[in-house]
Amino acid sequence: MNLLQLNQSHLRLRNNGDGTIMTKENNWVELCQLSEIPERGCRVVVTDKIKIAIFRTHADDVYAIEDKCPHLGGALSEGIVHGAQVTCPLHNLVINLVNGEALGPEPMCVKSFDVKKEDGKVYLDLVPVKKEAA
Amino acid sequence: MKKKLVVIGNGMAAGHMLEELFDRGNTDYDVTIFGKEPRVNYNRMMLSPVLSGEKKYEEIIIHDEEWYKTNNVDLRTGVNISKIDRENKKVIDDDGNETSYDKLLIATGSYPFIIPVVGHKLKGVVSFRDLDDVDLMQEAANRGGKAIVIGGGLLGLEAAAGLQMQGMDVTVLHLMPTLMERQLDSAAAYLLEKEIEQRGIKVITRANTEKIMGDEHVEAIRLDDGRELEADLVVMAVGIRPEVKLAAEAGLMVNRGILASDHLQTSDPDILTVGECVEHGSECYGLVAPLYEMAKVIAANLDGDMSAKYTGSVTSTKLKVTGIDLFSIGDFAEDEGREGIILRDAAGGIYKRLILEDNKLVGAVLYGETGDSTWFTQLLREGTDISEMRETVIFGQNFQGGPPLDPMAAVAALPDEAEICGCNGVCKGKIVSAIKEKGLSSVDDVRVHTKASASCGTCTNLVEQLLSLSLGDSFNPNAPKPMCPCTPLEHGDVRRLIVAKELKSIPAVMQELEWETSCGCAKCRPALNYYLLSTWPGEYVDDQQSRFVNERLHANIQKDGTYSVVPRMWGGITSPDELRAIADVADKYKIPTVKVTGGQRIDLLGVKKEDLTDVWADLNNAGMISGHAYAKGLRTVKTCVGKDWCRFGTQDSTGLGIKLERTLWGSWTPAKVKLAVSGCPRNCSEATCKDVGVICVDSGYELHFGGAAGLDIKGTEILCNVTTEDEVMEYTTALIQLYREEGYYLERIYKWAKRVGFDRVREVIVDDEEQRKTLSKRFYHAQQFLQIDPWKEFVDGKDAHEFAPIKPIPLEAAQ
Ligand code: SRM
Ligand SMILES: Cc1cc2nc3c(=O)[nH]c(=O)nc-3n(C[C@H](O)[C@H](O)[C@H](O)COP(=O)(O)OP(=O)(O)OC[C@H]3O[C@@H](n4cnc5c(N)ncnc54)[C@H](O)[C@@H]3O)c2cc1C
Ligand code: SF4
Ligand code: FES
Repeated sequence: MNLLQLNQSHLRLRNNGDGTIMTKENNWVELCQLSEIPERGCRVVVTDKIKIAIFRTHADDVYAIEDKCPHLGGALSEGIVHGAQVTCPLHNLVINLVNGEALGPEPMCVKSFDVKKEDGKVYLDLVPVKKEAA
Repeated sequence: MKKKLVVIGNGMAAGHMLEELFDRGNTDYDVTIFGKEPRVNYNRMMLSPVLSGEKKYEEIIIHDEEWYKTNNVDLRTGVNISKIDRENKKVIDDDGNETSYDKLLIATGSYPFIIPVVGHKLKGVVSFRDLDDVDLMQEAANRGGKAIVIGGGLLGLEAAAGLQMQGMDVTVLHLMPTLMERQLDSAAAYLLEKEIEQRGIKVITRANTEKIMGDEHVEAIRLDDGRELEADLVVMAVGIRPEVKLAAEAGLMVNRGILASDHLQTSDPDILTVGECVEHGSECYGLVAPLYEMAKVIAANLDGDMSAKYTGSVTSTKLKVTGIDLFSIGDFAEDEGREGIILRDAAGGIYKRLILEDNKLVGAVLYGETGDSTWFTQLLREGTDISEMRETVIFGQNFQGGPPLDPMAAVAALPDEAEICGCNGVCKGKIVSAIKEKGLSSVDDVRVHTKASASCGTCTNLVEQLLSLSLGDSFNPNAPKPMCPCTPLEHGDVRRLIVAKELKSIPAVMQELEWETSCGCAKCRPALNYYLLSTWPGEYVDDQQSRFVNERLHANIQKDGTYSVVPRMWGGITSPDELRAIADVADKYKIPTVKVTGGQRIDLLGVKKEDLTDVWADLNNAGMISGHAYAKGLRTVKTCVGKDWCRFGTQDSTGLGIKLERTLWGSWTPAKVKLAVSGCPRNCSEATCKDVGVICVDSGYELHFGGAAGLDIKGTEILCNVTTEDEVMEYTTALIQLYREEGYYLERIYKWAKRVGFDRVREVIVDDEEQRKTLSKRFYHAQQFLQIDPWKEFVDGKDAHEFAPIKPIPLEAAQ
């Protein structure tokens, strides 16, 4: 099915609210109202290949990362969000939402994607998503 | 120019000597070390836990490659030195390569003795000395079958326990009438033998192996009394012999071991020796503590401090088999002029014997309880005159003068010179000052900085106690650490300030108490949410985003991202209708696993997130609600059948359990709460390891609290006896309310009660009727806001977005 499904538990967004990145190749698609994502919470976009977790922080910033913990694949979308970080619900690895990197001695990282918010709406750049989901 | 130091043998003694040398900052030598084994220096003693599967090889490495590099040591692994040419000061390896030395250190250790019976060279006959032996044993264990261990000493028993844990059928053959006869007297050996046999290991004493049978591979063993025992693996653990061949061939003076002076010099002053290959003062040692002492002397001497001398060691023994505590030191032979003091506790499996000569301790054997081993060692080494405490010395240090001390006070009472780590010879003073000066806060820190507890590990407990003792001094003995990195405040402060400042939301707490992060972390937020919820019932609105996913979704997340659903089954009672509904749900939603839990109810595992609401709706329709199997709240109330059916039942334990569960469900608590009600003291519902337990008796009910059977195992303590069910309800709700108001987040009842004092809990709940009644009232007040089935709320549409897609997005939009 040629659809991206968005539901509460899966999305990854990066904080580039000004939309300056790769304007030519960007393909911003509207996901939802910012208010539809709980504050310090998350919703998920499901594609055939990957799930993308869209987070909204305490400061109303939005970020998108793949919904798959680099440790053992836990659903990051179900973690507790604090500052611009999320704690994985399975074994408490802390992920920095800004760049997808895990805090801790071992270098681990999840894929991050571009999201932005404009006029109270959240947009996801589908170009890299399509590459991943192809 | 630097002097050339060559070391033969890269084992524990040599490694320790180099470490001591480098710790002194010495760089006078170009060091080359030869090891026959193809690997770095590892902790040989820990081969036993590696064999049993409790540790991995990587965890027992002492010096990794990096260490040799950092210290400029030329390490040659897998190289056997076959000759020492003293005239030209060279050593020669198997391939004829020569290496010259200014100083040579022989540290070749021991080799395992193999009884030369027929068949000792068959495949499947192994010794227990190095990692290769362990690999061979584990390979054999993977194939299963029967193992025979020849030798019931320290090594043999550790091998037997390890192989048994690996699933083999193990028999120990021991030549002497009792196990470990060199370290234990016959009474302790008897207890040990019983314990070993209880674990399913067979022990045959007075067993003399006549031959090992088999064509290529071992098949059986024949004893000289004619008995034949099948075997797929034979481990020979009958003793070790100092490895002296090289030294002897080089013309050094050798007896049983290589003869060494107090400076550990051999008969050639340029050749030193350390380890099990040494004979000093007609003693050869087979334990690390003396070897480490030797290593220290050599390091000092090489560094130019010739005042350091080795004068012999008193060794003590501990067996490293999980769950068996034994200790022995000194000489325990019965002799004229010696007296023994014995303490036996048959039920507790405890035996202690002290041997005195001229009012001084000369030997000790402890079995079953070894907490005083450090103290006895101290008395023995210092030759303390014990005539004053002769009557009580056997009871241990706690009983000497004044009331009995707790273990912590016993450690506190040790003098600074008391040796804590026998292997590395580290005393209390050194550990305590390292903790203070270097700000150490964990056992690992102490290992790194002092080496205490870094070898055989049996002193870890003592190190932990020293840590809490030292850290307790600079802070407050009972104070827990800060809640989390977001605040310097402790749980107790935060609880108190929430009440005192009337803080009613998480942002208010963070603002007023000057949180150092913008919105906390995954540790403090759930705790604050709980504190607010329990402090302001009916007022505070639960913050879903501060809850762990299980408590947000009212189901337990599984490793594959699905969930498990556990409906309540009040007191473990169910009905055909309920069971049918559960079966229907499992069929309808293709739930892969249906399991009976340890809590007397049924778990549906592998439910997809999007099916959760429908599953709950169906269960709700059949009259079932959430079992809170995920909650820091009431989990289960287990019951036994009680007087309705059971011939011993004294009260309606099932009915009372159901009543308790119906009253307590839904309440949030600092950590999970589990109850059980048993109909008589036979206690079939295991009430005495629960947070709260009730034992029904003829005269009423015995109330228990503070048990646990998870990460820690702890029997309950008695709260009091009551006579009516109403009293049970009042006391239990009051107790739980007190816990809700005082407990720190994630602190189970047993930990809370330990912190505030079990007696204090009794004072409030049992002795003070007024407090009990108001606590109970407060509990019921809070319950009216909390007894709402969370599943039903979701079914009725609460937070529907948690489960439903927001809206589909056509991928074409990307074109
Ligand atoms: C399902 C069950 C095992 C089973 O198949 O039987 C179980 C499953 C889990 N237990 Fe348990 N425990 C289960 C009975 C027990 C028992 C036995 C009992 O209750 O009589 C104990 C020991 C008794 C005790 O608590 O003192 C027990 C001690 C633990 C512990 C250690 C708690 C402690 O304080 O030491 C944990 C870890 C924790 O809570 O932090 C734990 C944690 C867990 C978790 C929640 C692990 C997790 O965080 O995901 C498991 C959830 C699996 C799931 O999705 O259902 N489970 N767990 C049992 C559910 C009982 C029920 O009906 O609710
Ligand atoms: C399973 C097990 C459990 C134990 N448990 C304990 C315990 O709980 N407590 C305790 O105090 N002790 C225990 N021990 C004893 C302790 O491990 C030894 O006392 C200690 O390892 C001896 O140290 P070492 O350096 O003298 O000899 P080793 O550690 O054996 O080192 C000698 C090394 O020299 C090498 N070598 C020998 N000849 C040559 C040569 N010609 N050329 C090159 N290399 C050579 C050997 O291969 C070996 O690696 C245990 C031993 C074993 C096997
Ligand atoms: S013991 Fe409990 S926590 Fe551990 S695996 Fe089993 S169910 Fe999970
Ligand atoms: S899967 Fe995320 S921490 Fe383990």
